[in-house]
Amino acid sequence: MDRPKSISRRRILAAGTAGIVGAALPAAGQSPDQAARPKVPADPTKVQGPLATDVGGRSPFEKPKRVSLGERRTSSLSPLQDLDGMITPSDLHFERHHGGVPAIDPQQYSLLIHGMVDRPTVFTLADLRRFPGVSMIRMMECSGNGGRVYRREGNQTDLTPQQIDGLTSTSEWTGVPLATLLREVGASPKATWFLAEGMDAAVMTRSVPMAYARNDALIAYGQNGEPLRPEQGYPVRLFLPGVEGNASIKWLRRIEVGDQPFMTREETSKYTDPLPDGTARIFSLDMDCKSIITEPSFPDKLTGPGWWEVRGIAWSGRGKIAKVEVSGDGGKTWQLAKLDDPVLPKCHTRFRLPWEWKGGEAMLASRATDETGYVQPTYDVLLAARGPSTAYHFNHIRAWKVLADGTVKFGGGL
Amino acid sequence: MESQGHRTLRPLLLASVAVATAISYATLSAQSKPVAKPLGIGRAASADEIAKIDIDVRPDGKGLPDGKGTVAEGAKIYAAKCASCHGKSGEGATADRLVATDAGKNFDFATNPKLPRAVGNYWPYATTLYDYTYRAMPFMQPGTLTPDETYSLVAYILNLNKIVPEDAVMDRKTLPAVKMPARDRFVMDNRKGGKVVK
Repeated sequence: MDRPKSISRRRILAAGTAGIVGAALPAAGQSPDQAARPKVPADPTKVQGPLATDVGGRSPFEKPKRVSLGERRTSSLSPLQDLDGMITPSDLHFERHHGGVPAIDPQQYSLLIHGMVDRPTVFTLADLRRFPGVSMIRMMECSGNGGRVYRREGNQTDLTPQQIDGLTSTSEWTGVPLATLLREVGASPKATWFLAEGMDAAVMTRSVPMAYARNDALIAYGQNGEPLRPEQGYPVRLFLPGVEGNASIKWLRRIEVGDQPFMTREETSKYTDPLPDGTARIFSLDMDCKSIITEPSFPDKLTGPGWWEVRGIAWSGRGKIAKVEVSGDGGKTWQLAKLDDPVLPKCHTRFRLPWEWKGGEAMLASRATDETGYVQPTYDVLLAARGPSTAYHFNHIRAWKVLADGTVKFGGGL
Repeated sequence: MESQGHRTLRPLLLASVAVATAISYATLSAQSKPVAKPLGIGRAASADEIAKIDIDVRPDGKGLPDGKGTVAEGAKIYAAKCASCHGKSGEGATADRLVATDAGKNFDFATNPKLPRAVGNYWPYATTLYDYTYRAMPFMQPGTLTPDETYSLVAYILNLNKIVPEDAVMDRKTLPAVKMPARDRFVMDNRKGGKVVK
């Protein structure tokens, strides 16, 4: 991950070329870091730039990356600390797959809908695109997101927002409402569940209550203005806004309408939540309200006391964010943060608060509340409800410790 | 859009947009309303093509094919096709552990981090084992097992977990009748938002 050592880096870049030019013409004694910087003209006003290209790319100075935590690379995390606003660039949207990323020819693609329907039907991609469509900006989070800090595994101070909570992303998704397709095939009013199945090597399946189909479930073919990325289910996926990501089956080949859950591996042996009372919660689909400060965060270093903008994202799988509060003193006092427009349901919401660092140690934290009145819990409250080795849904308050020299470390949960 | 047919289909989309939109909005409203005429997009699926990919198996046994398998046969197939990843006797290796019978005093998975979750102590339905093994295993040759091989592997793994006896035969009748020890531990999600953290 290409994270600046000092938060002042952004400011140097934003200020224009002066800093870059200095770095582009390395002087004797310059650090290797600076010498390796991309070469650019000393004065861009004195030379014609390159011309139009078919496909644009990032500035060579910007190298945000997904990272995989495991060796097997069955998932990768979004670089939350490198992102502004609410949208995750498609190539940085987090990944999780169970049989790799399949290659699918869109002209060979088809979706079968059958089961408790009057008219079992096969739809091509062109068929799906003929239906009245809709676009929506919504988040998706893996229900395992944050597990490492909940379980307090390994080093718990040198963690970036990406390493803590990078399994969440927001896109504009485009497609046809599943409700429209179910009407088209004549789904039975007695149906209570549907099974979604992928055409990856895991032939991934999840059962979903029909209430989601009647609400906002989407058969998506577009992401941020272009066809889905392969790792996001190209050419067609199920997208369930605000629901644990695993249920939004990618590379969708089949939907079976039924009257009971199918009890697949991914909703029984996995993605269930053992509880301290000796039960395990099943079909815990909705993602609880959560937030994380993304700036300042590890490994930033504040260059000096004064005013800094605390920035982060908040979201809830149950609706809109009602408010986000930020604390600079480890939760003793809280201040209301400003929310960027638009505040959308089941969507990353950017919050901001000017914060004066007076020097010395400080503990920054954010606490989100959603429109149902749910308040992001402290670690102790969540631990009491779920137990130390529950398996999914980790949304307790995250804190960042600012040391006296300006170094920022992950401060664990409040 | 890669699809070359897309552009030529545009006029058709525009011509039908008014009626399509009206019907779509009806779709989104209450289900008890009169059924609108379908748009007629897509083609009818034949029984054959449904059967070809309709491989899911439910807890009540719906979807299980003909065929059968034994513990002894499953042991042979397991050694050849599964042991390299799941361990010699299902103890787990590069892939998940399959065998565990201890669930603590009271299904202690939330409070005891050392308790491994596996088929014998955590999986609520035996049919899931058939469904998953048939669709996704062996990991490097997914979807290559026959129904008989799958029934045998399921019998073997259930036997390793002390859930069925050594002479058990698994088929479309016997498998759904297997009651898993964890079956009654699972409860539907009761979180609804609001003030209480559950």
